[in-house]
Amino acid sequence: MPVDFGKEVDYVARLARLSLEPGEKERMAGQLSEILETARRIQELDTTDVEPTSHVTELPAVLREDRIKLSLPLNRALQNSPRREKGFVKVPRITASEQAEE
Amino acid sequence: MRLYEQTAADLSRMLQSREVSSVEVVRSFLERINEVDPHLKAFITQTPVMALDSGGEIDARRMRGETIHPLAGVPVAVKDNISTMDLRTTCASRILENYIPPFDATVISAIKKAGMPILGKTNLDEFAMGSSTENSAFYPTRNPWDPERVPGGSSGGSAVAVATGMAPLALGSDTGGSIRQPASLCGVTGLRPTYGRVSRYGLVAFASSLDQIGTVSTTALDGALLMSLVAGYDPLDSTSLPDQIPDYSTGLELDLKNLRVGLIRYGRVEGFDPQVTETVTQAASLLEEHGAEVGEVSLPLTDYGLSAYYLIAPSEASSNLGRYDGVRYGFCSDGDSVEAMFSRTRGEGFGPEVKRRIMIGTYALSAGYYDAYYLKAMKVRTLIRRDYEQAFKKFDLLLGAASPTPAFKLGEKTEDPLQMYLSDVCNITDSLAGVPSLAVPGGFSSSGLPIGLQLTARPLQEKLLLKAARFFEEQRQPAFLRPRLEYLEGGGSNEI
Repeated sequence: MPVDFGKEVDYVARLARLSLEPGEKERMAGQLSEILETARRIQELDTTDVEPTSHVTELPAVLREDRIKLSLPLNRALQNSPRREKGFVKVPRITASEQAEE
Repeated sequence: MRLYEQTAADLSRMLQSREVSSVEVVRSFLERINEVDPHLKAFITQTPVMALDSGGEIDARRMRGETIHPLAGVPVAVKDNISTMDLRTTCASRILENYIPPFDATVISAIKKAGMPILGKTNLDEFAMGSSTENSAFYPTRNPWDPERVPGGSSGGSAVAVATGMAPLALGSDTGGSIRQPASLCGVTGLRPTYGRVSRYGLVAFASSLDQIGTVSTTALDGALLMSLVAGYDPLDSTSLPDQIPDYSTGLELDLKNLRVGLIRYGRVEGFDPQVTETVTQAASLLEEHGAEVGEVSLPLTDYGLSAYYLIAPSEASSNLGRYDGVRYGFCSDGDSVEAMFSRTRGEGFGPEVKRRIMIGTYALSAGYYDAYYLKAMKVRTLIRRDYEQAFKKFDLLLGAASPTPAFKLGEKTEDPLQMYLSDVCNITDSLAGVPSLAVPGGFSSSGLPIGLQLTARPLQEKLLLKAARFFEEQRQPAFLRPRLEYLEGGGSNEI
């Protein structure tokens, strides 16, 4: 059964915060349908009562002592931030402006 | 014989006996890089000044009679998804083109502490997603055996650097074959250790339950030397295994009398080159002639493994790559709102394959599809692990192909992602099971392209894999063959 990804592309791209050009969307819809069709073949396998494997190591959760250690100085931590000012990163306005609420 | 043609083990010996200085060794590799890399493009960033400084420091320490690591002064190349402090780490992506890590990965700390000069950062498929190194945002790397062909991927730069003597050793990473498949296509030895054996701290995350750092080398002994340095417990990686590491590099003789080898029968996997099958069969016969017990083993879920992998890895990737939003690091685009800014940054910063995987993963994890895709794939992963548990009840070592075909042509699979994914079919189930797996040269195709064998063992049995690799090396004459680079003056000698 082919998977029609055409209708889903916009929705999934929005979830992934990924802006796609129109041509890119079309191409991707075709490719993803094909890939997912192959991926769906796992449905043929009976997995009744099979536990999922999310990780192969059977290690317990690792905890460490709650001790203060040296961390990166602020300028080092922010050295790669493309937009920064006075020790902060800058982003577009997150809260709605009063005008937008009207 | 030129220094760049020596193995890491020989260089180590020559350095320790003061036959050569580290600066001389580094210079030889730098000259080789200058000669070869313009043709093959294995490196994204070269670090000649840093490497010479590091070599000089080691020479000074040696002159002072300090006790130093056996690999001190032996240079290494590093895949460009492993964080190096104050040295650009791009993951071959536009989104990280100018990223300068403020810290070292644990494996880099180990390399620096041992005094191994870093020659540069090697090319890869963007964020290690790919099987040909063509998904690099900068340029593809070419196969030294035939520059019209791909080196494999994603650790294509590391494999090419080692194959051509631009570096004696390299670090790569393997999520679903990214060390073994390029090693196979370039005719070198590549080890993917047991999941958790080498710290992932500082390896830029692709699929965290599968990613593993490993070694690329010309010989098993060289791989063992580097493994001894980078393997082991690391409190900075919560999935790091606490088990002691063995001495990988001594006692590498394979005891064939007590070895049970399972020759993998690939059921309905398509597109297998008959010459690859022939090479693997010959390798099995060779083991048998030398006293090993060889039987056939079937891992019936191999092709389902591919399907499960292409749900699990993209799902984890879509989550891991959520961090690239243009705020804390990386490329940043404009937008009136935060959402518009994030979406444009990611849309412009990521290449096509990374976007495809983010889309698949986001879809597989989204409401309504999670159970049918991601959860189901994780259950299939359990079935695959059981396959291996069964196989390892009967066999100590599994033998198969490291790639279904020799190197393919540049551009041959770029328009068909599914065909590209199929080139990892031999490597993926080992990754899903978390077991150690190694590619070693097995022979050549009729057109002179390398064909790799893949050996798989129980968790933590890396040393058995290295012993088996060493056995195959000893059967070869010469032990290691380098590609003749005919486009270079003289071509260079090609044997070790």
